[in-house]
Amino acid sequence: MYSVNYHRATSVADAAKLVKSGDAKLLSGGMTLIPAMKTRLAAPSDLVDLSRIKELQGVKVSGKTVNIGAATTHYDVASDEKLMKVCPALAHMASLIGDPAVRYKGTIGGSVANNDPAADYPAALLALGATIVTNKREISAAKFFTGLFETALKDGEIITAVSFAAPAKAAYEKFRNPASRYAIVGVFVAKGKDGVSVAVTGAGDDGVFRSKEIEAALAKNFSAAALDGVKVPAKNLMTDLHASAEYRANLVAVMAKRAVAAANA
Amino acid sequence: MSDVSLMVNGKRVSGTAEDRTLLVHFLRENLGLTGTHVGCDTSQCGACVVHVDGKAVKSCSMLAVQASGSNIVTIEGLANGADLHPVQAAFKEHHGLQCGFCTPGMIMTATDMIARHPEGLDEATVRAELEGNICRCTGYHNIVKAILAASKTMAKGAKGKAKQAA
Repeated sequence: MYSVNYHRATSVADAAKLVKSGDAKLLSGGMTLIPAMKTRLAAPSDLVDLSRIKELQGVKVSGKTVNIGAATTHYDVASDEKLMKVCPALAHMASLIGDPAVRYKGTIGGSVANNDPAADYPAALLALGATIVTNKREISAAKFFTGLFETALKDGEIITAVSFAAPAKAAYEKFRNPASRYAIVGVFVAKGKDGVSVAVTGAGDDGVFRSKEIEAALAKNFSAAALDGVKVPAKNLMTDLHASAEYRANLVAVMAKRAVAAANA
Repeated sequence: MSDVSLMVNGKRVSGTAEDRTLLVHFLRENLGLTGTHVGCDTSQCGACVVHVDGKAVKSCSMLAVQASGSNIVTIEGLANGADLHPVQAAFKEHHGLQCGFCTPGMIMTATDMIARHPEGLDEATVRAELEGNICRCTGYHNIVKAILAASKTMAKGAKGKAKQAA
């Protein structure tokens, strides 16, 4: 790892000031950033640690509205009893991220800001029609995730929370790479008052996306059987040594089917 | 350079370290606690797992300065004098190791896992919970056996204590 200066922020305002120094990066759980720094893929001059800021932590549920602080860990999301009541699909999704040690440290804000094309949260937030709240503004998930590791965040902008209305039904299913355990394809299905939305991670050439074909089939009939014979085009899907675009296209339909079955169960 | 002050295995320790120093290196090199291992350097293998404020985390994926102010337990802090911790005893009894390199991390993960599942564990849960710990020798079989056995011993111990208290 290259040399770095560490700063522990005491508040969001403090972090906003600190992040202006040099080529600073925000540090939350560090489950991607620290390994990237170890391999010298990332070399920030300064790190601004957000993980001890109280105002960024915790899950709040009021009625159907869910608000999750950006520094809330995957473990805390997965084990939050209020969330399990209103949106068990998201708690379950958080329990599938990485491994137990990673879930104790990694945070929702960190995952969303990094926007790894195989990360789980981007699919969930896009399907849930979530809002990403920063220290400057509110951004809809649809406008937030802009490409591979790319987001609408401006330099120095800090995610403070994520909020959404709990859907009537939802589920997440992922097909994991057997070695890395990252999603080769992950599908989050949500049926809310604005209809059905289906978001796919791990497969898109340009990161997370909504599958129009699957959504159209489910809009008429929200059942696994409605997806029989539905074809997802392989165009704009990733091909790598783990799976071809065509294989991923097929997996999108299969995972969507499983997710709908789980959501209806 | 930053000051790092920690509570490690019940003792207050402090030192200075470069900000880029990983917690695992601080434990091994500054404190001489070489029971915590560096296996992969890519954050996957779990040989470096320690408890930070009661949670089993990978000390190779955290800076020492990030942990400053925390309470840390390493493999050296588990046994009570000459009495092995029940998880250590179970690994010995069930031969949950061959070369032993991954064992400290396995044991620190196992104690955390058992604490989170007071209702008891089954094989599938243990295997899923071991996702972040890699062993190249054993095929995991005896590790799983050891953790299941320790979970039962510790549940009995907790009941015994509750009886004594009552």
